[in-house]
Amino acid sequence: MSISISAKYIGRLQLVVLFIGWLFGILFPAVVWAKDTVETKQQRGAYLTRVANCAGCHTARGGQDFAGGRILNTPFGEFVVSNITPDAETGLGRWSEEDFWQALHHGKSKDGRYLYPVFPYTEYTRISRQDADAIFSYLRSVTPVRQINPEHKIHSPYDNQFLLFLWRTWYFKEGVYQPDSTKSQEWNRGAYLVEGLGHCNACHTARNVWGASKDDRPLGGEIVGSRWYAPSLVSVQQAGVGHWPIEEIVELLSTGINQHAVTSGPMATIVRQSLQYLTAEDQRAMAVYLKSLGEQDKDQQSKRKIPPMPEVVRQYLARGESIYEKHCQDCHGKSGQGAPGIYPPLAGNRAVTMNPPQNVIRSVLYGGYSPVTAGNPRPYGMPPYQHIIRDVEISQVISYIRNAWGNFGSLVSPDEIDQSRGSEH
Amino acid sequence: MRLLILSGILFFTSVAAADAPVEVADTIAERVKSCMLCHGDQDKTGLDAYYPRITGKPAGYLFNQLRNFRDGRRYYQPMAILLENLTDEYLQEMAEYFAAQPYNYPLPRPHALPSATVQEIQVLVDSGDATRDLPACSACHGADLMGVKPFIPGLLGLPSAYLAAQFGGWRNGGVMRGQVPNCMSEIARKLSQEEVNALALWLPAQAASGEPAEQDVLAPEMVERCQSIFSARRMTKP
Ligand code: HEC
Ligand code: HEC
Ligand code: HEC
Ligand code: HEC
Ligand code: HEC
Repeated sequence: MSISISAKYIGRLQLVVLFIGWLFGILFPAVVWAKDTVETKQQRGAYLTRVANCAGCHTARGGQDFAGGRILNTPFGEFVVSNITPDAETGLGRWSEEDFWQALHHGKSKDGRYLYPVFPYTEYTRISRQDADAIFSYLRSVTPVRQINPEHKIHSPYDNQFLLFLWRTWYFKEGVYQPDSTKSQEWNRGAYLVEGLGHCNACHTARNVWGASKDDRPLGGEIVGSRWYAPSLVSVQQAGVGHWPIEEIVELLSTGINQHAVTSGPMATIVRQSLQYLTAEDQRAMAVYLKSLGEQDKDQQSKRKIPPMPEVVRQYLARGESIYEKHCQDCHGKSGQGAPGIYPPLAGNRAVTMNPPQNVIRSVLYGGYSPVTAGNPRPYGMPPYQHIIRDVEISQVISYIRNAWGNFGSLVSPDEIDQSRGSEH
Repeated sequence: MRLLILSGILFFTSVAAADAPVEVADTIAERVKSCMLCHGDQDKTGLDAYYPRITGKPAGYLFNQLRNFRDGRRYYQPMAILLENLTDEYLQEMAEYFAAQPYNYPLPRPHALPSATVQEIQVLVDSGDATRDLPACSACHGADLMGVKPFIPGLLGLPSAYLAAQFGGWRNGGVMRGQVPNCMSEIARKLSQEEVNALALWLPAQAASGEPAEQDVLAPEMVERCQSIFSARRMTKP
């Protein structure tokens, strides 16, 4: 009896509080707004900077936060990431909000120089002015670091500003994200996060010789300057998640692992540095948008007929099988079933059968741990086999796992193993 | 009909049995299985490098090395990639696990150094050389060179090839170990090449005995010198 009274009472109280809040919002919007210009703006900026993972590039391995100096190796040359701490001489200390907007939105430095699109302003251009200003206000509050970074070493002719200008006119579509009014607010938030702040397309699109995305849609491509392939976020055979429940998508983004998949290489790093810190609402919004992208995949293949296997192939795979039994079975299981969420299943795993095969090759060559996240604080590890077994054996065991237990994928050769080596991440 | 249902049930249960997830122990030992490929019970020579043993070395030392590999202060690409997405807390747990594992030292390997050289080395190890500002090795590595908890490793039971490679790294400021100056790299640079060669043969010839000493055996001056190593508890980069 007394319980029900107090419940009623609390219910009333909540209503009253809500009503006052509502009134306040209507009557004093300016007051609420003005507060955003001080600490909340910086706090919001800190969060947005995390989502955009600026520190991921602008902090060298073991170096000071945002002081730059990290070198990005690309086929066009070596790019040195800038110091974006508020140091007056060597960082952004003398920049105004407007200068910063020019860089993030238009890809132009304070001195008018065109910036190279290794800095993903090609995606950040979707970020709203309000969010950009918040990021700037946060960056002004971090510890200034006096650090002069070396110059870029760019191969000719890519070092030519005029060519960069031409490139921009061809490929760079400037403009803040425009919401699609036919879609939900959540979907639009997700699209804004994926296309803008999260700059997922900087990796997940095919890049042409000029480092420009061939297609606006994240259809997959090799990451410039890395041997990793960032799979299509549309195709079900790659990383499209149209067929996963929202909760499982959120789980992968926030913990780096779920029962079907693990994030590896650069994607694991993105989860560690950025995605795990997103609010639950933002993770969900991202998942909603990614799911809708996946649903665009028209050529969802029907059950494929697996062609009969010639004898030579069978023998090749038999050698792979014995390597599997010796080195891999302990963790991934006799029938590739693994221990979902711990040791990824290899049977029915598209990361294993995907074309091109470079990611599965890199997984076996270099091994790795899923990122440490709040949801997966003590991940299990995959050993690196690059110096343990020979390239021929690696090609045999990979060919085997791509074609065992109902999997179907191309065979890989020792040459392909060798080509997938190099460039750490 | 009944038969059909029964065989149906049998079919599904047999599929389920084949696909039962692999049983995985929820232990740190299981989580560091990926290390065991290279770091077995003994030091060993791999295809690409010399794989030192890590069991039984002091925890703080192991922890510092793991962070150095991850953060690019000590360079070995396979370990850098492996550790890339792990936090300090997790590396600390791994380090403590390996530090607590028992280790059987190998038998001493006799050397054929001339007795004059042996004498010089013994002076270096026990007394150092004040003219070059070189403290005794034992001032930091413990009276019986078994190391001092938690940051200073022992010097016995390490093979010549590994010792020579580590000194090479410190002295040449090279990729392996010498990028960041610390008390040990400073000492290594002050030694002559002859001394390094001799140490790499003399140390493996000494029998290991006893345990790593506790940190209070270190003179304040030594602690001062190695400040960068002892205070290396920085915040984890998220
Ligand atoms: C993928 C790596 C990468 C990410 C992520 C990244 N940057 Fe950069 N950034 C670079 C590189 C490389 C340059 C140098 C480009 C050049 O000099 O042409 C750069 C340049 C800049 C500059 C221009 C500095 C100058 O002196 O002209 C600013 C400002 C900047 N970044 C801010 C940011 C902010 C803010 C974020 C997050 C919203 C961010 N960056 C994320 C790689 C990155
Ligand atoms: C630095 C490049 C890079 C960026 C930026 C990036 N990705 Fe990835 N992503 C990859 C690579 C490489 C893979 C393949 C490795 C793997 O499976 O984890 C991948 C895989 C994925 C997968 C499939 C994971 C699996 O195993 O099935 C999803 C989903 C994904 N990315 C989503 C995103 C989203 C969402 C963003 C933006 C927030 C993003 N990625 C940003 C490189 C990147
Ligand atoms: C000690 C246990 C262990 C052993 C042995 C092992 N793996 Fe793994 N494997 C893992 C773990 C853990 C992961 C997840 C790694 C991650 O999250 O980055 C993994 C990931 C993989 C992946 C990537 C799967 C994906 O979804 O991206 C492939 C492929 C793979 N292993 C193949 C092999 C092969 C082939 C062997 C034998 C040569 C092998 N593994 C041996 C534990 C193991
Ligand atoms: C591919 C083989 C390989 C794997 C796998 C590997 N390591 Fe290593 N590790 C090495 C080599 C080689 C060195 C020595 C590098 C050098 O000389 O600087 C080393 C050095 C170390 C050291 C420093 C030892 C010392 O006495 O200074 C520690 C600690 C260590 N590894 C821990 C680990 C842990 C923990 C794992 C698993 C997470 C691991 N390693 C996995 C090859 C490996
Ligand atoms: C001032 C203190 C100090 C003195 C004196 C000193 N060391 Fe060290 N030494 C250290 C520390 C600290 C480390 C651990 C370095 C690290 O964490 O990277 C170390 C590491 C080493 C290692 C690496 C061991 C391994 O397992 O990789 C060797 C070898 C070594 N010292 C030899 C010597 C020799 C020989 C001498 C005498 C000539 C000497 N040290 C004198 C402090 C000292």
